Amino acid sequence: MFNYLLQRLATIIPTLFFVSVLIFGLQQLLPGDPAMVLAGEDRDPTVIAYLHEKLHLDEPLPIRYLYWAGGVLTGDLGESVRIQKPVLELIVEKLPVTLQLAVMAILIALAIGITAGIVSAVCKDTAWDYAANIFALWGLSTPNFWLGIMLILLFSVTLGWLPASGYVSPFEDWKANLASMIMPAFVLGNAIAAVLMRHMRSAMLQVLSTDYVRTARAKGLDERVVILKHALRNALTPVITLGALEFGTLLSGAVLTEQVFSIPGFGKLIIDAVFNRDYLVVQGVVLVTATTYILLNLLADLAYFMVNPRLRDSHG
Amino acid sequence: MSDAVLAVALPVPREISPGERALRRLVRRRGAMIALGVVVFFVLLALLAPGVAPYDPLATSWSAVRKAPSAAHWFGTDEIGRDVLSRVIWGTRASLLAGVVSVSIALALGIPIGLTAGYVGGWVDALISRMTDAMLACPFLILAIALAAFLGPSLTNAMIAIGITATPVFVRLTRAQVLQVKVEDYVEAARAVGNSHLRIALRHILPNIVPPLIVQTTLAIAAAVIAEAALSFLGLGQQPPAPSWGSMLNTAKNYIDNAPWMAIWPGVSIFLLVLSFNLLGDGLRDAFDPRHR
Repeated sequence: MFNYLLQRLATIIPTLFFVSVLIFGLQQLLPGDPAMVLAGEDRDPTVIAYLHEKLHLDEPLPIRYLYWAGGVLTGDLGESVRIQKPVLELIVEKLPVTLQLAVMAILIALAIGITAGIVSAVCKDTAWDYAANIFALWGLSTPNFWLGIMLILLFSVTLGWLPASGYVSPFEDWKANLASMIMPAFVLGNAIAAVLMRHMRSAMLQVLSTDYVRTARAKGLDERVVILKHALRNALTPVITLGALEFGTLLSGAVLTEQVFSIPGFGKLIIDAVFNRDYLVVQGVVLVTATTYILLNLLADLAYFMVNPRLRDSHG
Repeated sequence: MSDAVLAVALPVPREISPGERALRRLVRRRGAMIALGVVVFFVLLALLAPGVAPYDPLATSWSAVRKAPSAAHWFGTDEIGRDVLSRVIWGTRASLLAGVVSVSIALALGIPIGLTAGYVGGWVDALISRMTDAMLACPFLILAIALAAFLGPSLTNAMIAIGITATPVFVRLTRAQVLQVKVEDYVEAARAVGNSHLRIALRHILPNIVPPLIVQTTLAIAAAVIAEAALSFLGLGQQPPAPSWGSMLNTAKNYIDNAPWMAIWPGVSIFLLVLSFNLLGDGLRDAFDPRHR
């Protein structure tokens, strides 16, 4: 386990380094003097001079990178030019809202995706299988911001069941919180459910054709027990690992979903930052997202390693 | 004698190339063929937009603000009286252009880089692979948003941003395919007769890794169409008043309670185009590799 962890860390460190170079490099895309752009429309000479000093803009590029990376390692992602708050603080502030949305979306995606995947595999080449495949194609092809607008039209404008937008903290009123989050969570979970369904279907089909499932059936076990106890358990592991890779889809989707439903989360933070030309916030959000993605993958890999005895044995 | 007669009587079956076999399998897939039909329809719509669109997509009319669908305006009108159908038709151009141009950028960058990584190997491969991992660690749309934000909002920059963001997938795919193909006997033979590395890579390896690249290109166009619509929806793609499905949805969102038709058709168009590219991609994958079904 320790050796495996060391091996994985050895590949992660250079990846993290390149992520930091990539994100630092974004700033170089700004035309002209970055301080002029970062200072906003006022272009106050005091602010520009301050930014030059703060961002070490008069130093050569590699030195500037080292200063920036040094700051990042100590948790200093810079300061928002518009809100005058440390970027990390802003991200930490907005994170719980997006996290709630993400968790609800994952639960919805798992419930729909896993069920549809099992049904599709068990009833291969039947109407259920075709219906599940159509659902997957629908999920993959529907832009979630449009689905969000359509759901608002149906559930808020036409039926008046759910609020069209806005966010209520669960600590204030959990019922209102659920009412405001259920539509966005469904919208976000929809595309991931489609991906999970496809993974689940192929993993189940593979497991259902194995000898131990055949043996379980030959023993005369109830078909439900065979599917839920013998097949599902073994098919689920790769699906969960592959599901962890959908974290990127989740965050990308959150940006759009939060915009449609006016939810003040992580996604709205990056979009507001883009339009306020608050580039340090944009950089900060991308950096935190990418790092989280890499760490989540590491965790998924380790989890897979721990539950897979063959892999464990081969690494001592 | 009898053998000779048979040889004359029975036509020798012509050997079918793998490409031709795949094409025949593709033609037999109804879903993929309908999808191809829809893609061709949208391409024609984009090309013939000036002739097909009933109105000027930018012409405003204060007497026809937010009018419901009617004989005069099949898809209704928008918040400043522009014909929604005409804007949807012209919007096809932005979506298809973004799909094709951004994926061309990704192919132009991804194939040579992936080919180099897979063929050269060693530290070059390690370096390229780590850089690819780094780019793949940034969620597709978030990286595209960041790039589009730093480059400035416009359709061209959105296409560049989507193209760059889609590149690592092609690098990884090309590299993996090259690693498989470069140990084949015919590549060894090409090396043994003294072909240069460049010639081996371009003449012997590249043609043999085309099928998976075609499949990925089709699926990447679908992703790029959604990404362009998303960036335009966020205000980072096509700028108003030029029509784009994404920016039309952005405006429509504000009038959903009294003019829902503004939101329906741009969304249906994105859905149909993306669905068609996805179906076509699935069909091509099955046609090239029937085991996949």
